[in-house]
Amino acid sequence: MSKKHKTMMDSGKLITQLQDRVSYLLDIKKSQDWGNIGDILKKLHQIRKSIFDLDEQLIFEELEQIELRLSDIEGQLARSLTPADIINIVRSPQRFTLMDILENVYDSFTELGGEGDCNVDPAVVVARATVSRRVKDKLYTHQIMVIGHEKGRGEEFRNGGCAKPWGNDKALRYMHTAETEGIPIHFYIFTPGAYPIEDYPGAAQQIARNLYAMAKLRTPMISFISEGGSGGAEAIGLADMRLMASHGYYSVISPEGAAAIEGKIREGQKVPKELIEHCASQLKITAQDNLRLGTIDRVVQEPPLGARRDDYAFFRRLRYEMIRATDEVVLQAKSFRAMRTYALKMDDGNSIEDFPVAVHWDLNRSEIKRLLELRSEKYRNMGQGFGLEEKKGLFAGFSKAKELAEAGYYELRYGLIRPHEKNVKKVITEVSSEGSTFLRKVTEPVRAMYEFVLPKTEGIKRPMEGMERRSIFVEEWEPYVSPLANEDRTITCPNAERFGCQDLWVPDLYGEFCGVCPTCGHHFPLEYQWYLENLFDRKSVKEFNTHIVSKNPLKFEGFDARLERDIQKTGRRSSMITFDAAVNGIKLVVAMLFSDFRNGTVGSAEGEKFVKACDKARLTRRPFLAYIHTTGGIRINEGTLGVVQMPKCTLAVREYIDSGGLYIVVYDNNSYAGPVASFLGCSPYQFAIRSSRIGFAGPRVIRETTGQDVPPDYHSAKNALKRGHIQGIWDRREFRKKLYEALISMGGPNLYYK
Amino acid sequence: MDIDLNALLEIYRKNPFEDYILQSVHCGVITFHVREEQEVHGPEGQWHQKPGTLLYQLTRQNNTKKVYSPCSGIIIDLRRDLNGSFTEAGVDLMSIRHRLNKDEVIDRILKDVLILFPAPQRARYLLSPEFAARLEKEGQPTIQPGDEPIIMSLMKRDTNLVYGSAPGVIYKVYFQQGALVEEGAPLIGVCQEEKLSYIQQVVNRIKNEWE
Repeated sequence: MSKKHKTMMDSGKLITQLQDRVSYLLDIKKSQDWGNIGDILKKLHQIRKSIFDLDEQLIFEELEQIELRLSDIEGQLARSLTPADIINIVRSPQRFTLMDILENVYDSFTELGGEGDCNVDPAVVVARATVSRRVKDKLYTHQIMVIGHEKGRGEEFRNGGCAKPWGNDKALRYMHTAETEGIPIHFYIFTPGAYPIEDYPGAAQQIARNLYAMAKLRTPMISFISEGGSGGAEAIGLADMRLMASHGYYSVISPEGAAAIEGKIREGQKVPKELIEHCASQLKITAQDNLRLGTIDRVVQEPPLGARRDDYAFFRRLRYEMIRATDEVVLQAKSFRAMRTYALKMDDGNSIEDFPVAVHWDLNRSEIKRLLELRSEKYRNMGQGFGLEEKKGLFAGFSKAKELAEAGYYELRYGLIRPHEKNVKKVITEVSSEGSTFLRKVTEPVRAMYEFVLPKTEGIKRPMEGMERRSIFVEEWEPYVSPLANEDRTITCPNAERFGCQDLWVPDLYGEFCGVCPTCGHHFPLEYQWYLENLFDRKSVKEFNTHIVSKNPLKFEGFDARLERDIQKTGRRSSMITFDAAVNGIKLVVAMLFSDFRNGTVGSAEGEKFVKACDKARLTRRPFLAYIHTTGGIRINEGTLGVVQMPKCTLAVREYIDSGGLYIVVYDNNSYAGPVASFLGCSPYQFAIRSSRIGFAGPRVIRETTGQDVPPDYHSAKNALKRGHIQGIWDRREFRKKLYEALISMGGPNLYYK
Repeated sequence: MDIDLNALLEIYRKNPFEDYILQSVHCGVITFHVREEQEVHGPEGQWHQKPGTLLYQLTRQNNTKKVYSPCSGIIIDLRRDLNGSFTEAGVDLMSIRHRLNKDEVIDRILKDVLILFPAPQRARYLLSPEFAARLEKEGQPTIQPGDEPIIMSLMKRDTNLVYGSAPGVIYKVYFQQGALVEEGAPLIGVCQEEKLSYIQQVVNRIKNEWE
């Protein structure tokens, strides 16, 4: 610091600046002992206290020494930042927020859908902004829709950037606005997670709706992650290019949450700091980790200890990176792009004020089609390449050939012949309808006379008549009985006090009663095999893709052993079973998540199997059923590789539904978190088996996040139905019948719309 | 004054407890989890979702049922001799000596001194619109014999109930609008106007003095 500068500078101001730097270090390390920063803080307090008693020269000398020491400590910390430190950087009140970005990155902006606390959800900020670039002394201005989380400066109404369901709904509304106007969207993710409440539109269901819409949103989207807390981040995270702050984190769960699960910490007990730090490093949450895993595309470099509110150089860099990313996304989709792509590639990013080329961000119809194809490809490839497939050599070649032959056959049958057949039929129907209307006038009196003389004895046969008369319960094979029934004891219904249910003899309950209390109808959990045997036609279940198996891609400590234990226990190698099956003759493709394997959690293998099942249903033009025996959410041990299964699977579902598929989801037992907030919650037809629970976060997480307790039946299927999250509740004993009815009533004549 | 509220209060002061006798819910082999004089607590939480102290386990046909304390208090008269043996249903197992809190004492005294209007049968009850409006406006509206303060809703029929006791003010409404009330349970408590200030005084005294 120069002497001239020093004398000009107000010593009080200098002390404040140094105090801010120390408190930032305290925010990161959470301890005054580290680097003796407590002593520095004390010293600064003393100087401030006696500022008028001491000699000015002496004060500056002291402050200079403190500054030197502080710089040294800062340098030391920057070189040894741990994932836990990065989390503290992200959570520091001094970190930049979305409002800082709006003010410093964009030329001008107008907030939409509220301002400050007068807002649908103050945690989600939407703004229409403009940003300009200079190319060879010429200024180009672009229109942008900015959507992101605002953590605020400690204001309670911001909820720390936790978007409520209606906040995500607001985001979706303006995504559609941007789509209509044909302007790109910049998403800024600053959320520790979504606010876990079930009130309509529901945390999980709204995130699912957002993902479903974003999968095919007809406009370029760029997202920037500073704090990417799992599902909350995904609500506005499915973008064509994902940037991440070098000192940000993107994670499947907060390290505290992961530590509580891993350490089996009981509610209310303190989670050991060491365990949190261990989980933070195991979860692979940093920008570099995510870049390596392929869950993000690029890292935006911050200053050594992370960018703060007044790091204007960083905002200039961010502005450059966002414009450049938008350019790249747009150029990838443009038909006429080669030279500009080359120029952009050659640009090393050293001069962040000038751009080598001007790119207009509007796309025509065919370019948008290409944009969507690239988006699909991008997300479908995510999470692959971690050795999920265990098929080698000749067997792999044979399977590939079989897949290709199948694809060729179905493409020929449904892609070429069926549309022609349909068109011909349509024309014949139209012509005959026209003709019969004309002829009716002439033939009506004759027909009336004829029918009077010779009355009709047989009615018109309706297409489904035979089906209606046939009981679907009368089957010739020996019924499957749950092994749970092989026990001579009684069991008490949990509703016994309310409804006076008698104790139930286990062989009766799990045999004849199908695990249902005959008094109150409470459904006791049954193993997934019961459904495989009782729901589908005999010998119709044909499993596929068994070679895709769950692995430990992050090398999460101790997870290999747990995985092996579950493989031994279940005889299966992932928590998802995908198979072809038939219900009363109707062929369908089924994806089933079951509880015995890692509590039905979804990781890369499960996501891949789901996507492949979706594609198979699309190829074979069959209805697609997702039966969720239980799911505990995204598998935390796979980190963000698990999280990206949310957009990936939703995208596959969207493509299946868009192609005309009938997608039905049935929840059983417990279904929570990520899968419900993505590829399950986006289905237009969701049903639940009685006594099941559906939600975003469990009661404990809700209590810990919101500080409010929830009623014991908060997640019950009945309440989910009341809130409009599901479309109906089915009795297990009627599951087969209900499913058949659903397929017939919703599936249309071909059980496939197009 | 025909009611000696002081004497009534004195009764509760002398014996501020209520004993809940717990009987075996059904037959089975019993295992106690409490001891004599042990303090137990009842269900907790906003929705009583957290069960009280585990009192005993009853095993019948390999089905072990846990029985929790329905209220707070001290365990007395514990039949320790039954521990580990087969017990028939309806056998007295223990009592919980529950110490009445101030609200419970006020409630009991009010039930003794107010004119109670009981539910004639198990049905849903509503305040008549006139009384509901007056209750909201006046707080404690007056009531005369022949008034119809309550509507009984049963089997899709609404019947107005006629009040036939002494005139007074509606001091307390015991039911939730539209809720199912068991037969004989009090619907409203009426206080004669001349006793009103005296009762209020006693209620305030209990509120201030009862620990």
